[in-house]
Amino acid sequence: MADKIQYGPALLLPGDNIHITTNPDTEPFWEAAKEHRLTACECAKCGHFRMPPSPYCPECSSRDKKWPTLPGTGTVFSFAICNKNPANGEDYIYVPIVVDLDGAPGTRLNANVTGCKAEDVTIGMKVTVEWTPIADGWVLPNFRAV
Amino acid sequence: MAWANQDKTAIVGVGATDYYVRGKSWPRTINDMAGEAIMNACADAGISVKDVDGIAYYSTAGAGYLDKFDTASLMETLGMPHISFSATLTSGGGGCPGAIGLATAGLMNEDCKYVITLMALQQLPQHRLGVVFGATAPNPENSFLQPSGLVGPGHLMSVLARRHMHLYGTTQDAFGEVVMATRANTHNRPKAVRKEPLTKEQYDASVMLADPLRRLDFCLETDGAVAVVTTTMDRAKDCRHKPAVVHACAHGGQREWGRAFAWMGMPDPYFSSSGHKFTADRIWAQSGLTAKDMDVALLYDHFSPMVLMQLEDYGFCEKGEGNDYVLSGKLRYDAATGKGVNGGVPVNTHGGNLNEAYIIGMTHIVEGVEQVRGTAINQVKDAEFALVSGGPASLPVSSLILRSA
Repeated sequence: MADKIQYGPALLLPGDNIHITTNPDTEPFWEAAKEHRLTACECAKCGHFRMPPSPYCPECSSRDKKWPTLPGTGTVFSFAICNKNPANGEDYIYVPIVVDLDGAPGTRLNANVTGCKAEDVTIGMKVTVEWTPIADGWVLPNFRAV
Repeated sequence: MAWANQDKTAIVGVGATDYYVRGKSWPRTINDMAGEAIMNACADAGISVKDVDGIAYYSTAGAGYLDKFDTASLMETLGMPHISFSATLTSGGGGCPGAIGLATAGLMNEDCKYVITLMALQQLPQHRLGVVFGATAPNPENSFLQPSGLVGPGHLMSVLARRHMHLYGTTQDAFGEVVMATRANTHNRPKAVRKEPLTKEQYDASVMLADPLRRLDFCLETDGAVAVVTTTMDRAKDCRHKPAVVHACAHGGQREWGRAFAWMGMPDPYFSSSGHKFTADRIWAQSGLTAKDMDVALLYDHFSPMVLMQLEDYGFCEKGEGNDYVLSGKLRYDAATGKGVNGGVPVNTHGGNLNEAYIIGMTHIVEGVEQVRGTAINQVKDAEFALVSGGPASLPVSSLILRSA
């Protein structure tokens, strides 16, 4: 196998190019993020978590939702190392991670990680939420290596 | 229990345009290319295009990922007098061979007599598939994926490949062998885009686009069109070639795979899989066959690790053993004997999406047909059964077993 590539610091993608939209099912997640509060959609009837938020609980079919405040920590489930800024194609080292969220079993977020070199990101690594302002006044949960 | 429609229909015609490097097909239009593929397929079958009375699409009737086919437009363009079956499988390329099952449904329901399944794509700069996810306008669902910068299919697939490497010790060497083994099948194919032999040194020097995946782990970006004609076995006997009998066909999948890399919610072990286990189990149950009974496997290869994961899901090897299976040379085709190597089943004897052309899966069906006809360029000796797969992608994925008549 080829030698491990030395990428250097893992950067967060600049927030000003990042756009999201919401609907009534997902908006509570993003409203909480504006307050720097990480949440996930929990069924108010059976307690099953689901992400992204959706109208029905896939376990018990309830439409009732709760939005508990999570610890804001998680574990890297998998990742890629990318090297071009999608906004302009210029060289840019960022690491999209799939994160298992603490306090909400079975839920994940896709985000960037920073606070370490890209080549040092590992599956199983602990991360903590880092808030990134994005377009239109929204705030995106990213993560920092702990 | 055997499938009720086993051996009741057959693919009787295949047709294609030239394969163009992305964007090079202009000034041909997408309907021009689709028309050529359809008329070539009809000529191959020995029928008139005016005999076509059914169309079974996949990929939500997409032509590429941004254009759409329209049955009425095709009728007006090609002069089919009437259409009595017009339907599609949903989602994307994962439904490709499943569309032959859809065609079979139309035929067995006596809705129609000759069914076209087709794909055409033209990747003008604004339609480039490699950035299609990132180019999609934000919506409430993709707002949980796009901001991470996972903008291309290769980015998404690299995350799955990474997990497979973590769980099972899978190596990039195995991904390289998938590319090299299938590249070895294109040197004698006039229409293939990549024909030069590939060395391990060249593979290792290929630029890393989404670590752990290199440029050569990504499939080609191609323009072109491919169409096939499916009909009933009684009509197939009157067609020009030996029928490629539809022996088993299934599409679908299970909830754990779901939207797959369009969300990344799959639990282990589904996350680092091809999402094909459900349809694999269905076609084996339909046919009573196993992977070992296949003479050739045409596996959807948009990204090299996904071939390895399909080998596991279809049971060519055990889950987690894909690395060793691939590295033992078992994907390779031995032209001297017309057989596999080291007890393996030859994979992608046409070079696949990685090396020949990427028409969203249709080239795999064409190769399956030519193999069971006995007319393939890299003919597997006495090929009786060919497996064809579509996907991994968001559900449905699909698979097809073709049998020689």
